[in-house]
Amino acid sequence: MSADWTGFAYLVAAVCFIMALRGLSSPTSARQGNVMGIIGMIIAVTTTLLDPEVISYEIIFAGILVGGTIGTLVAFRINMTALPQLVAAFHSLVGMAAVLVAVAAFYHPEAYGIGTFGNIGTASLIEMSIGAAVGAITFSGSVVAFAKLQGLVSGNPVVFPLQHPLNAVIGIAIVALTVALVFGQDPTSFWAIVILSFLIGFLIIIPIGGADMPVVVSMLNSYSGWAACGIGFTLTNTALIITGALVGSAGAILSYIMCKGMNRSIFNVLLGGFGGETVAAAQQAAGSRSVKQGSADDAAFIMSNANQVIVVPGYGMAVAQAQHALREMADLLKEKGVDVKYAIHPVAGRMPGHMNVLLAEASVPYDEVFELEEINHEFSTADVAFVIGANDVTNPLAKTDPSSPIYGMPILDVEKAGTTLFLKRSLGSGYAGVDNELFFRDKTMMLFGDAKKMAEEIVQALN
Amino acid sequence: MMLDATVFTQGLVQVSEVANLAMSAAGGVETAVTGGPSFLHLFTVFVLACFVGFYVVWSVTPALHSPLLSVTNAISSVIIVGGLLAAGPAAELADVDLSSLMGFLAVTLASVNIFGGFLVTQRMLAMFKKKK
Repeated sequence: MSADWTGFAYLVAAVCFIMALRGLSSPTSARQGNVMGIIGMIIAVTTTLLDPEVISYEIIFAGILVGGTIGTLVAFRINMTALPQLVAAFHSLVGMAAVLVAVAAFYHPEAYGIGTFGNIGTASLIEMSIGAAVGAITFSGSVVAFAKLQGLVSGNPVVFPLQHPLNAVIGIAIVALTVALVFGQDPTSFWAIVILSFLIGFLIIIPIGGADMPVVVSMLNSYSGWAACGIGFTLTNTALIITGALVGSAGAILSYIMCKGMNRSIFNVLLGGFGGETVAAAQQAAGSRSVKQGSADDAAFIMSNANQVIVVPGYGMAVAQAQHALREMADLLKEKGVDVKYAIHPVAGRMPGHMNVLLAEASVPYDEVFELEEINHEFSTADVAFVIGANDVTNPLAKTDPSSPIYGMPILDVEKAGTTLFLKRSLGSGYAGVDNELFFRDKTMMLFGDAKKMAEEIVQALN
Repeated sequence: MMLDATVFTQGLVQVSEVANLAMSAAGGVETAVTGGPSFLHLFTVFVLACFVGFYVVWSVTPALHSPLLSVTNAISSVIIVGGLLAAGPAAELADVDLSSLMGFLAVTLASVNIFGGFLVTQRMLAMFKKKK
């Protein structure tokens, strides 16, 4: 194929990827969108394989076979609760692939037509360093995020003195090494950039607590896009540049939405150290006040006599895998003529949209599930708000107490409902370490226990 | 409405003329030296793609943010192209050097992502159903 046709094929692939994202504007068009994405990928790969320089089909197909088999098995076996760590793991692979391609380009620039070893153009070297550095940061950052989400290491933020100055020094060193690389064409500088980038990726993510993971996952998604972009510039490949830019913007927008959902700036999240230490103190304070505690029978009675119930699921529901029992409960209530809806807070769960997927997995129709802005005004007319495994996202302190760490965060107004049922394991505070004032109100009833067990008991009581 | 459309078309014509001029000016100089597209050319593509990404992603419904993450994950693995070009020149096992080895590994990792990413997205999307 001539260069023009190759370029045109890459453009078609890029347009397919744009259509793939466009499809996600509605659940009805999303599946066709995904198919467009697959078509785009097939076009891009086929076009590259037809390049006359590419002759080693055996080792290429070996790689695709091994990788494809692993990917397929993982995709079919993964539990939907574990999606956030799966996505983190996938991000790390994109990052690593970017580093590997950058290494290949550095030692064998002829394959990409950007010079010869030791004699690579300045622009290409800078692009290569950016691609390698961002790729390495994506890799090690995603590995840390994966370990935190999978529970391999504690989700608590890890903070130590001089953390941020250290990061700044490493950042400056990477820039200085890039300059040295441009003038010296020296492999040592190149490897130093890669190693320092691995290190800083690790250091950026460790201070961030488990509950801020929706931001981290989105941010690493963005990084993986920019890494692809950097490599795209090195390879002068427009498909890579366009795709990288799409992914980069997607991740950036998701990070922004997640930060806004917590009323925090991205810098505040990145500086880390949020949550973790204050939990014990808050629990003690809670001990001295009295709450109204109810049983599954009470909850079943209250809800079956209601006209409208709004369910507010949180991360606790995901951990307990309570979504199926919850849907059964909702079905029984609907049979009794109760109107049941679901309200999702933007930062519920450990990744953007996680709750929606879990509810969909439990066969909850998507048109019963609403976003915060769509449903918040309905709490005042609802008889019951059923909060399952969520806490901070309902805390009215976010509106009233300017000194609270969650002040200004948009919340679901469950306090306005006739009765608020909280299904929780204990009175413990949420990740922000803030006591929830709502637990102690007259209109609130606490249902203590494992989310799944309690939901199953309510189902029995309803039968 | 008619007026709007005319103004809009005129605007488009102007923009494309300017872009053409800029491209030929920049491209003419650089292409002669490197033989490939110029940096400005690539940068133009990059900036426009960022804008497309911005508008397309804002139109994604929040309910599908998880599939958005997994599908962007899959498509960013188009970086496999770089791996293919690096692995490409080694015709036999004996020809495998550092670069083609790196290329092979990149192809393998990106394949995990491509297959895994698209399939898990498909699995997720298949679960989203409307009320019966």
